[in-house]
Amino acid sequence: MQKWECTACAYVYDPEEGDPTQDIEAGTAFEDLPDDWVCPDCGVGKDLFEPVD
Amino acid sequence: MYVELTKETGWVGAIDWNVRDFHGYETRRGSTYNAYLVQGEKSALIDTVKSRFADTLLANVGEVSDPDDIDYVVANHGEPDHSGALPEVLEATGATLITNEKALGTLEGYYDTSGWQVEFVGTGDTLDLGGSSLSFVQTPMVHWPDSMVTYCLETKILFSNDAFGQHLASSGRFDDETELPVVMDEAKTYYANIVMLYGRTIAKALEAVGDLEIEMIAPSHGIIWRSEIPTILGAYEDWVRCRPVAKVLVIYESMWRSTELMAREIVEGAMRDGVEVRLFDVTRAGRTALATEMLDAAAVAFGSPTLNMTMMPEIAGLLTYLKGLAPKHKAGLAFGSCGWAPAGQRELQERLEEMEIEVLREPLSAQWRPDNEVLGQCREAGRLLADYAENAAAEGHLCEP
Ligand SMILES: [Fe+2]
Ligand SMILES: [Fe+2]
Ligand SMILES: [Zn+2]
Repeated sequence: MQKWECTACAYVYDPEEGDPTQDIEAGTAFEDLPDDWVCPDCGVGKDLFEPVD
Repeated sequence: MYVELTKETGWVGAIDWNVRDFHGYETRRGSTYNAYLVQGEKSALIDTVKSRFADTLLANVGEVSDPDDIDYVVANHGEPDHSGALPEVLEATGATLITNEKALGTLEGYYDTSGWQVEFVGTGDTLDLGGSSLSFVQTPMVHWPDSMVTYCLETKILFSNDAFGQHLASSGRFDDETELPVVMDEAKTYYANIVMLYGRTIAKALEAVGDLEIEMIAPSHGIIWRSEIPTILGAYEDWVRCRPVAKVLVIYESMWRSTELMAREIVEGAMRDGVEVRLFDVTRAGRTALATEMLDAAAVAFGSPTLNMTMMPEIAGLLTYLKGLAPKHKAGLAFGSCGWAPAGQRELQERLEEMEIEVLREPLSAQWRPDNEVLGQCREAGRLLADYAENAAAEGHLCEP
């Protein structure tokens, strides 16, 4: 599954892991994250993420 | 006062001589909120000032133009130090607000924006004033998600908003009218305390503006860069890449001087030619100055005794502040004394790990007064810190922005 990187702090959202800090279950695609989901490390919104390999 | 940058561009901001606390940042030399007026066939105001300086701004504009003649107000960033006067200025001028969607979101959160005329711009857009044209580059997280910079194509002035700013009140508006070491010291303090954690996005912004021909950099705080542009750009390159300096910091809080004795011994051990060593009692040094020291120091020792089964409150506050600013590529260690339970040092050690500081050794620990054996360990630890700092600076290992 496609990983996405935070352009502000380099945190990588890995769908395989989800984001337990915001109750996002493993297996959730980046596109399916709620609109109010923010980078767990620096707090910016989804619009500041870019796809990475 | 209106201060001319070029014949079509002027500073119309406000000098805040007396501010000493800017949301927790100790502004020991005051600050300025810079707003700029660009006049072509049409006129644009770039950013405003803190709300209580709205009258100053309008009076400054009034020296060269009727406020009614302002067609546009550009808001590069929604934070109240630049937008506080916006409601009053829009009211007084009837101007159209030029901003990005994110910044309007910020502004809507702070002010009643109903009745505002708004036009959105983003990277690559241009606003033609007739004779002068402004282009925009969005620079998210320099300092908030809404941050943007404005560039005048004809005068080649970059209105960089928070980037390249300094909290510095001065009578001269330009870098060559104020002592350079003072300006650079404040630029560094500002970088460390406001944007250190956004090194990556600042590196991107530097790249984006790197292609521009720049005659002046006009930030939203402090002096305007015209003679020392390479100096400030070079400094930013070093800061975003966390270039380490051969410097060791020993920062402590103490109850009955035992932790202080350990701190002094670490300093003794670290002192050598080519390595700068600095000792700070956190209760006197203040976190603003310490964050600045952390920006380029290669190695740091934090000390605290145990108080009520935890570390002491001032050092804990400092570490919370530093964790947020996220200084990178440091090595360090924890030390402290205790009466019966070594909790303070252990907590410090955990904080170091949380901050991804490379821990050079287990915590140095003394019971009651440090004895000769502990003091010997402190000296040895000082040497370790100095070794690391010396190597880090020599290798100059830089972080990937
Ligand atoms: Fe800001
Ligand atoms: Fe600001
Ligand atoms: Zn992030």
